Amino acid sequence: MDLSAILIDWLPFLVTGIIATLGLVLSALGVGFIIGLPAAIGQVYGSRPVAFLINVYIWFFRGLPLLVLLFLFYFGIFPAIGLGDVSPFVVGALVLGLHGGAYQAEIFRGAILSIDEGQMTAARSLGMSRTQAIRHIVLPQALLIALPGWSNEYPTVLTDTSVCYAIGVAELLTRASVIVSTEYIAMPIYLACAGLYLILNYAGMKALHLLERRVSVPGFESGSNWT
Amino acid sequence: MDQIAFIVEILLPALWGGFVVTLGLIACTAPFGVLIGAAVAVGRVYGNRPVQYLCRAYVTFFKGCPLLLLLFILYFGLPSVGISLSPFVAAVLGFIFCNSAYDSEYIRGSIRSIKEGQFTAGLALGMSRAQVIRHVILPQAMRRSIPGLVNEFVYLIKYSSLAYMITVIELTGAGKMVATRYFTYNETFFVVGLVYLFLVTLTTIGAHLLERRVSLPS
Repeated sequence: MDLSAILIDWLPFLVTGIIATLGLVLSALGVGFIIGLPAAIGQVYGSRPVAFLINVYIWFFRGLPLLVLLFLFYFGIFPAIGLGDVSPFVVGALVLGLHGGAYQAEIFRGAILSIDEGQMTAARSLGMSRTQAIRHIVLPQALLIALPGWSNEYPTVLTDTSVCYAIGVAELLTRASVIVSTEYIAMPIYLACAGLYLILNYAGMKALHLLERRVSVPGFESGSNWT
Repeated sequence: MDQIAFIVEILLPALWGGFVVTLGLIACTAPFGVLIGAAVAVGRVYGNRPVQYLCRAYVTFFKGCPLLLLLFILYFGLPSVGISLSPFVAAVLGFIFCNSAYDSEYIRGSIRSIKEGQFTAGLALGMSRAQVIRHVILPQAMRRSIPGLVNEFVYLIKYSSLAYMITVIELTGAGKMVATRYFTYNETFFVVGLVYLFLVTLTTIGAHLLERRVSLPS
């Protein structure tokens, strides 16, 4: 059987893998956002102990290799707390999210710190509470500033998802490896797989650039000093 | 079994061999990563059209291709075209490709940040283009890239664990073997993680010292 016939044969199998990979990326970015944004707020505005705890979280999840985190959670922590039969996909998405959340927290923290402190003072003097000022004054600007940095998380997370191969998530790389070991042809399959990752990378970045243009506020250039 | 006894008597001795392999992987990768990264960056900024194009393709491919897939290509794929590499060599090659692609981005950024007038001034003093790049631009650009390169070094420490997936028994691999044999995943990977944290933290401290050591007055 020649190569193109093999590829066409396996196409649905690969497409399911692409969907799983994108699912991992989206849930990882989502979980990372849900953890990263509050973590950044806590670091900047929280009390000493809160900021300290968040720093420990970031230090831990940025310092450990993703592979070790996956092994620790999938073989260690999850079975130990009685969740041994949770699917590898869920563990993978959660670990990628916790890992990405530590990086996202740094992105959001930088953005929050780039907002002039006078804005907080001004909001307070207008009678807003701290929470209101954070919610209505600081965050809308900080998120806009954070967006380009946040977009760069996408290609990183996309390539990171492939590590979930190690705990048996049936994503793109796992499925490509299955084809390789079934059909005994390695190079073309792996290169096709690399091509798919490059396409996913390019398409995602294009989509994020569109989003950046869509939400940009005229006169408020992200990254510029807004005083 | 007592956990402390397990960690001291079984786990740590078993991890030592893997730790040495991990250090070997890092030591074999980092210098070449920086050298090739610098070459690719210079090619992208000062090369002619085809060179620029090639260097850009290099960076796009190795940044976009997941490292694990790259390792599979080098270790499982290459034998089908007649090249067989040992797992260690395949891992180091993959790390060098990946590391150099990211390093080149940092170095390219700092080359661009050097004022163009310096290049003109170098040429006006009778230096050749290569001499200007070698003696005027790069010494400054490399210093400015240090924070980025250190960042990439920290990533290298962490992704060196992927070598285990192509059967190199480094730190993570050694841990996996102990964990599977004694069924102690929590203790083992926690300790393995602490070793990586130690390496990463040590690097960050070392980087501050290095930066101060090579910084120029003014």
